[in-house]
Amino acid sequence: MFSIYLFIFLSVVALFSALKVLLSKKPIHSVLYMTLTFFTLAGHYILLNAQFLAVVHVIVYAGAIMVLFLFTMMLLNLNLEGEFSKSTLMKIVAVIAGGLLFLVLIASLKSFDVATVGTPELTQIGLVKNLGNILYKDYLLPFELSSILFLSAMVGAVMLGKKD
Amino acid sequence: MENTIAQIQTIPLQYYIIFCSALFSIGVAGVLSKRNAIVIFMSVELMLNSANLLLTAFSAYRNDPAGQIFVFFIMVVAAAEVAIGLGLLVVVYRSTKTIDIDVLNRLKW
Repeated sequence: MFSIYLFIFLSVVALFSALKVLLSKKPIHSVLYMTLTFFTLAGHYILLNAQFLAVVHVIVYAGAIMVLFLFTMMLLNLNLEGEFSKSTLMKIVAVIAGGLLFLVLIASLKSFDVATVGTPELTQIGLVKNLGNILYKDYLLPFELSSILFLSAMVGAVMLGKKD
Repeated sequence: MENTIAQIQTIPLQYYIIFCSALFSIGVAGVLSKRNAIVIFMSVELMLNSANLLLTAFSAYRNDPAGQIFVFFIMVVAAAEVAIGLGLLVVVYRSTKTIDIDVLNRLKW
């Protein structure tokens, strides 16, 4: 019962902060609310017994990506208020489109039965030991290729960032 | 021990689907309604994260570790994407002095 309350609490906080990302006027507030969303999502991962992903999520998203956003905003002096706003019609259309997408995704729940085999309380696959075993045995090649992807991303970012 | 574990009421998988759909829809609405490129990037991150959470949920409920490996690789790709995207944003800002995406409409027609 406790886990359901925790789930509802985390979901409400996550959805609230995700909405605040869109509704706040200053981009810096958006970034900070985004960080809150990421922390609640890390809580969701822990609730699903996926400790490895929770830790990686906090390190990568809250630690690296959000810092990158903040630094870009700071270096470019982009924290300007009210400069960008689409017309009210476009905003209404966007909200309607998002709401309709939500409606379609929820409506599609009716037509299929979600079969569950295990339960997240009993599963052990999210632990570092088990996931590491699989990552380094079955998925070794993609894992190594992702390092090449990172290297090329780093080279690209440096090349784009340097003054010509 | 087994009985106490069985008595814990687990969260239905449908709850996760509903929550992730809501998060994804918020991301879509953000991409459509914003003009600030950084906020659009963050909305894209929101959508990636909702997909990640749903993959993890399915992987935990179906006892299949492949889903969580996929989430790991999605995080890798997202990190690389953000690094390149923000680099591009800096270049765009240098040449146009703004990150308003409605200014960048030369490829529109």
